[in-house]
Amino acid sequence: MNELSELYQEVILDHTRAPRNFFEMGDATGSAAGHNPLCGDRVTVYLHLENGRVKNVSFQGSGCAISTASASLMTEAVKGKTLDEANRLFNAFHDMVTGQADPLLESGEPEFEKLAALAGVREFPMRVKCATLAWHTLKAALEDKSEPVSTE
Amino acid sequence: MNSATRIEQPESAAAAPDLTLDVERIRNDFPILKQTVHGKPLAYLDNAASAQKPQAVIDAISEAASTCYANIHRGVHRLSELSTSAHEAAREKARAFLNAASAKEIVFVRNATEGINLVASSFGGHVLHKDDEILITHMEHHSNIVPWQLLCEKTGARLVVAPVTDEGELDMLAFGDRITSRTRMIAVNHVSNALGTINPVKRIIGLAHAQAIPVLLDGAQAAPHMAIDVQDLDCDFYVFSGHKVFGPCVGVLYGKKDHLEAMPPYMGGGDMILSVSFEKTLFNDIPYKFEAGTPDILGAIGLGAALDYVQSIGLDRIAAREQDLLRYATETLSAIPGLKIVGTAAEKAAVVSFVIDGIHPHDIGTILDREGVAVRTGHHCTQPLMDRFNVPATARASMAFYNTHDEIGRLASAIQKTIRMFA
Repeated sequence: MNELSELYQEVILDHTRAPRNFFEMGDATGSAAGHNPLCGDRVTVYLHLENGRVKNVSFQGSGCAISTASASLMTEAVKGKTLDEANRLFNAFHDMVTGQADPLLESGEPEFEKLAALAGVREFPMRVKCATLAWHTLKAALEDKSEPVSTE
Repeated sequence: MNSATRIEQPESAAAAPDLTLDVERIRNDFPILKQTVHGKPLAYLDNAASAQKPQAVIDAISEAASTCYANIHRGVHRLSELSTSAHEAAREKARAFLNAASAKEIVFVRNATEGINLVASSFGGHVLHKDDEILITHMEHHSNIVPWQLLCEKTGARLVVAPVTDEGELDMLAFGDRITSRTRMIAVNHVSNALGTINPVKRIIGLAHAQAIPVLLDGAQAAPHMAIDVQDLDCDFYVFSGHKVFGPCVGVLYGKKDHLEAMPPYMGGGDMILSVSFEKTLFNDIPYKFEAGTPDILGAIGLGAALDYVQSIGLDRIAAREQDLLRYATETLSAIPGLKIVGTAAEKAAVVSFVIDGIHPHDIGTILDREGVAVRTGHHCTQPLMDRFNVPATARASMAFYNTHDEIGRLASAIQKTIRMFA
């Protein structure tokens, strides 16, 4: 598989065409907005936390295929996780797409394996921010930051 | 690259054979065009962001650095004399390029952005007061919006914006309506970087001068593509960037002598003074009054070489060639189902901004890059204009005279590939 088809593999295109958990959450306990000024991507992440767990998570916004698919995959991965687990996923994802480590591929956990579809973004340094926007926004929502997140 | 190896003749030039251009020879002047990117020949279609450099420019910089470099306007030694004269020769070339009346009206700055900031701060700060109005258009680059906003914050003046039509043309009726008894400054781009629209600047200047309102033209996108005559235009200020005219990152600000002489300095420092004491400093004459500190000497020399190069080809020939490329690109891209060109003004420079249904410009840019095709994707530093057209961003192919039909064909194929991937 060449780098381009690894980046735009079927699971990415599928999540772009039909993003999961793509709605504004009425009963959210927290949310945060993120913006990538370079390409104009905007995302809002909604959280419903209950007893220290992500009971529900959704997103809305507009962006490129990578940022939309990343947000969609993220919501699937963190749903049901504890705050600690969600933070660990954030770190692992960040390390994977910035090429610092490959923990997702080795972890063996099913939701990690799905996220590994985005590992190809490492070969496209200009696109890493597209993949991390939703995750940074999630982190802000978990920390309940009111200031919009920017990737710049 | 078949078409790169033959002479391409613009259709319109059939009756004017002197407008043909030997593309193969021209392309040989630009070493970078021989590069491959991701194993594919480079098709550089991002000239509106920055243009490539001919060997003549690379050599001029290297030659000056190797033989006559020293600081200017200071030493009495031989190298300083040579360096000063090369630097001032470049100023004269910029004067001739714009057909300014005097080289004193040519101020070297870092880029067009700095030129606009200089005028906003020095001239604007001088003439604008509370409730005065500055008129710009909806299609300005951020660099012709933000300096005026900063000035408004400082003076209490108001920024007034003239609207753009669905085709991406300036709405001249509305523009005229927005000139009021409070308008003190008009700042307009000569050519839109995001849409390619060529604005009717002579008409604008006529309207403005009828009310004695000074006009600044942002010529960053015009200077590489058409002959400019600031005396004929009668603009008060004109700015352009050297790096977009195939030279280094040095900018040029033209200002009418009377304005420049009346304006306070923009920055203080060495070279912009006649004498300094702790009680009183006397400022140097124009243009040096605006050139504090050691300037980019080699950059200015390189810019002089770039302007020589462009004029050796001829701006008429360049304009004819680029109109042919624009026509071909517009036809070729319009034929792609799902692709929409943003900016369809009757008068355009060789810029084709486009969006594709269901595919974000950023994804288009990445896939095109892997085919060796370099385009710009994003908001092009024109976020208000993107909002006007209800798009977050566009992909933009911007051509220079060294581009070929073959490269535009490769752009179209790469777009088709992108559409297939996302189908």
